[in-house]
Amino acid sequence: MKALLARDLALALRAGGGFGLGLAFFLIVTVLVPLSVGPQSELLARIAPGLLWLGALLACLLSLDRLLALDWEDGTLDLLATSPLPLEAALSVKALAHWITTGLPLVLAAPVLGVLLNLPAPGFFWLVISLLLGTPALSVIGSFGAALTVGVKRGGLLMSLLVLPLYVPTLIFGAEVARRGAVGMETQTPLLMLAGITLGVIAIMPFASAAALRVNLR
Amino acid sequence: MSLAVTDLCVARGGVPVLTGISFDLAAGQVLILRGPNGSGKTTLLRTLAGLQPPLSGQIEGAEDQIAYAAHSDGLKSMLSVDENLTFWAQVFGRKDIDAAIEAFRLGELRRRLAGTLSAGQKRRLGLARLLVTGRPIWMLDEPTVSLDVDAVAMFARAVRAHLAQGGAALIATHIDLGLDDAQVLDVGPFRASPEDLAGASDEAFL
Amino acid sequence: MSVTEPKTQPKRPSGFWSYANPVKFLALSERILPTLWWLSVICLAVGLIWGFFFTPDDFRQGSTVKIIYLHVPSALMAINAWFMMLVASLIWIVRRHHVSALAAKAAAPVGVVMTLIALVTGAIWGQPMWGTWWAWDPRLTSFLILFLFYLGYIALWEAIEDPDTAADLTSVLCLVGSVFAVLSRYAVNFWNQGLHQGASLSLDKEENVADVFYFPLLVAIAGFVLLFLALVLYRTGTEIRLRRTRALLAREARL
Repeated sequence: MKALLARDLALALRAGGGFGLGLAFFLIVTVLVPLSVGPQSELLARIAPGLLWLGALLACLLSLDRLLALDWEDGTLDLLATSPLPLEAALSVKALAHWITTGLPLVLAAPVLGVLLNLPAPGFFWLVISLLLGTPALSVIGSFGAALTVGVKRGGLLMSLLVLPLYVPTLIFGAEVARRGAVGMETQTPLLMLAGITLGVIAIMPFASAAALRVNLR
Repeated sequence: MSLAVTDLCVARGGVPVLTGISFDLAAGQVLILRGPNGSGKTTLLRTLAGLQPPLSGQIEGAEDQIAYAAHSDGLKSMLSVDENLTFWAQVFGRKDIDAAIEAFRLGELRRRLAGTLSAGQKRRLGLARLLVTGRPIWMLDEPTVSLDVDAVAMFARAVRAHLAQGGAALIATHIDLGLDDAQVLDVGPFRASPEDLAGASDEAFL
Repeated sequence: MSVTEPKTQPKRPSGFWSYANPVKFLALSERILPTLWWLSVICLAVGLIWGFFFTPDDFRQGSTVKIIYLHVPSALMAINAWFMMLVASLIWIVRRHHVSALAAKAAAPVGVVMTLIALVTGAIWGQPMWGTWWAWDPRLTSFLILFLFYLGYIALWEAIEDPDTAADLTSVLCLVGSVFAVLSRYAVNFWNQGLHQGASLSLDKEENVADVFYFPLLVAIAGFVLLFLALVLYRTGTEIRLRRTRALLAREARL
């Protein structure tokens, strides 16, 4: 498992691995928002937590098709399926690698982009906390979408259609934590719900993903 | 270590392609699969490797014993030869890759990125992967594609060495590998007739 | 010379599961479909005409309340159609009856239309009542999300060529999607307490709509249920025939 994680990380960081694309996308979305809704700082301050969450979610979605598609094309998935490593574990590790190379940089970049959107001072802490808790769920749910559509040619758009509705609870609770934090309300309830969703999908989703992948490998 | 296949029926896309296949493969034996394109050799190998379920019949002794090699080698072009092999060794819980490097004469290429190798060199690397798995039964689907004469001989030597160590191999190939005591299984006679739909996913609709 | 035992016939399932055989299912559905069509038309006609023309106007909502006879039944069927797909998907996963998978496939477009009817009639009702076509009320939002789930499910069926693979993958999606649909419902409730009135139908008498509206509503709901059943049976029959055509062509190609 460590080998798979190390390999996925190495591949993401080397040329052509696509590391940083999600981050650049996140930046561009954040820049485009004030251009589309206007520069009033109080308006931006109000929508900043939700927008940063949405931007992070879309950046995460954008990089999902690399999660399995490349390993599918070069036969790695076939070989992994015949290896001693259970597919459930392999998919969990791949989701973890996706989170480290996509989710974690987004979490770290979010406060910087928060400055651009005039995020209120108390919001920074809660934004980072909510993204830190929520983005792993995005990667794990995304790996399920990737496993479902791995056999479909040019399945990227289809995968977005399947994954986005599944992102709804995570987005609602995650953005709610950030929003409440920014206006100084209590954040405990949505924070606990967000943590619950993340832990739940980490525990259960790999089984669904592996089932879908096995069907696709047949 | 032995593989026993009894009355196996395999399907592609829900349609039976081969039926009634039975054979035993003991340590030190090699079985060559022959048959024209599209006759179901690949489907049979994938079924035996556990990638798809058989329609009917039994496969015994395959669990965690098989090293499977298909048309694509699962190589990452941005990783070096060493890194590719080390990765697969670790996945199979092993460390040593030197023997595999040696057997397929990849020593000079160890630091090269797999993406810069020629097709034949890539194939040699893909076959070297079999050695690092440490699995006793090799299942190979057209292993000699894009190999030159020397490399084919290299491959045949590796197979013989594997058999001598108590391994076994099941190889779908069209060329003569020069393996002396190889048994040959021609899949032609086992082709499923169009009428034979027992267990097929379409059966219920006819 | 060895004596060969006569091959025992594979045991045919009897009772309920025997209708998992496509041919038997087709025969049955063809027998009951005409009755179903007629019953649903009669129930719909009675329920809607009764509801539209022979019930008093509501003292607060006026005649706009009468859209309830379309809105409530379609909303009910939108959810129940998904529930039926979930049950059918489970049956496919556990027992691998093709009819079950095809019934789930057949129900999805019906469900999506029901969802759309519920959304549109809701908007038409909401405009005079709340002064807006659309509000991000939890119920409305949940239905919009349900609509997205239906779209994803249908798109996955369309995208995959091999029917068994498609059936497997959509079943997994339906299971996972159901869990997330329920989660989304709670999340949306948490996110915004809404404008929407309480449930129109519940066992709690206090909450319920008045009897004058209640009985025609029940008839209209019965009509929608029957219509749903008829549509799903009909569409399942179409799917079975498509599979049969495909199977025959495949055999022809191999002969």
